[in-house]
Amino acid sequence: MRVLILLLFPLFAFSQKDSLSISIENGRILYDDFCIRCHLPNGKGQIGIIPPLAKSDFLYKHMEESIKALKFGGIDGEIIVNGVKYNSRMEKMGLYNDEIADVMNYILNSWGNKSDLMITEEYVDKLKK
Amino acid sequence: MKNKLFKLLSILFIFATNLSCAQLGETFIREDKDIVSPNEINYDLELVHENDEIIWAIEFFEDNSILATVKSGKLIHYKNNGDEVLIKGLPKIYLRGQGGLMDIEFHPNFEKNKLLYLTYAYEKEEGKGGSTNVARAKLENDSLIDFEVLYEATEVSRKGQHFGGRLEFDNDGFLYFSIGDRGNRDVNPQNLELDGGKIYRINDDGSIPKDNPFYNLPNAKKAIFSYGHRNPQGMFKHPTSGKIWTNEHGPKGGDEINIINKGLNYGWPKITYGINYSGTTITKNKSLPNMEQPLYYWIPSIAPSCFEFINSDRYGDWQGSLLAGALKFKYLERIVLDNNKVVYRERIAEDLGRPRDVKESKDGYIHVSIENKGIYKIVPKS
Repeated sequence: MRVLILLLFPLFAFSQKDSLSISIENGRILYDDFCIRCHLPNGKGQIGIIPPLAKSDFLYKHMEESIKALKFGGIDGEIIVNGVKYNSRMEKMGLYNDEIADVMNYILNSWGNKSDLMITEEYVDKLKK
Repeated sequence: MKNKLFKLLSILFIFATNLSCAQLGETFIREDKDIVSPNEINYDLELVHENDEIIWAIEFFEDNSILATVKSGKLIHYKNNGDEVLIKGLPKIYLRGQGGLMDIEFHPNFEKNKLLYLTYAYEKEEGKGGSTNVARAKLENDSLIDFEVLYEATEVSRKGQHFGGRLEFDNDGFLYFSIGDRGNRDVNPQNLELDGGKIYRINDDGSIPKDNPFYNLPNAKKAIFSYGHRNPQGMFKHPTSGKIWTNEHGPKGGDEINIINKGLNYGWPKITYGINYSGTTITKNKSLPNMEQPLYYWIPSIAPSCFEFINSDRYGDWQGSLLAGALKFKYLERIVLDNNKVVYRERIAEDLGRPRDVKESKDGYIHVSIENKGIYKIVPKS
């Protein structure tokens, strides 16, 4: 029995990692289509106009709010990201929930960002306005 | 403690590098040496209708009140007394990336027949992707009735890019509209059997003029008027020649102004002055036989969103020049031509926001819709 577990464990770990890397790859394609024009290829945005996603303190502190912004279209009012004020609302992109999960996983694992948490479609499904 | 200090220092460092990079970006933005900001500003910008979404297009009634499309799928009549009336009867709209409810155009005889035309992104089957539809309806008692789809593009995609969507009538009553390449540049724009990357011409009832250039070409989309376009989103009818002019979103450094002529190939993606946004090459060709050169191309790209000819005499020497919305730089660009050559460019309404549509009212005032702000009227200082 113990042997079996030992045998299965790496397999399980591998498939976990695999689904994340697939999600990240899907997310990269979606990012290039829907996000890149404003948030730019390096995720740095445009200071004072479009908030950065790369090493964004806001993104980590307000993860749920950020994903909701993607699902429902923007955040009302002023936010402060890495010490800079932003006040332009992002429009709703019309992404499906699985796509929102993918693009979030790409953002959370790009440009020096790192996250152990994998965003799933089920998680995005449950988010309410 | 050491660890904390290190963390703090690295945050500061990241913050500092972020700042400096962004400022470099800002200098790049001002690199366009050919455009100037006028020394003296002799107009005021008056916010006439507030809206925190994206007003994609505006159209004027005889009384100068405004019918506006909101990208998310609303049609609003902004009345002169300040009332906002939501027009009922819109179809289901595919909100996806750049797609949504787009342009509106009144029939040349709107006063009598109350017919209007709309472009909107449309998804036939959920999850399968969509493209751009053109529809006609009659405006009656704040509702759209007799709603009829006149053109439905068949090449659908889940991509969020390049829906085109501008509408314009010419002097002969033909309706022109644009559909962008739908993010499928190597397939759609050069193939006359596929939709996307084209300017189309139809009659006001949706039928196709028999003298369209590819009407008799087997398997071709008969409504195509010109092809090889990327994403034309600005369009006007020239008051003297009657020709349709467009401005088009290109790749990086490849935005263009074109005069649309019957049956011609405008070259995308076989020729372009631009490169991919990632910096890689699309093609080394800037010209090829049987492909049209643009009247003008922008370096750097401005992201041209709308286009209007200034007929009004309210703005002095502005009369006869062109206005193009620069989504990227958040101003209107006034363009002066001499013999169809661009000789002067200046920034109007600088830093106001992202312009989506620019149009003259019936009484000759230029109006511009700005994303997340609303509709502004440009009022000359007396």
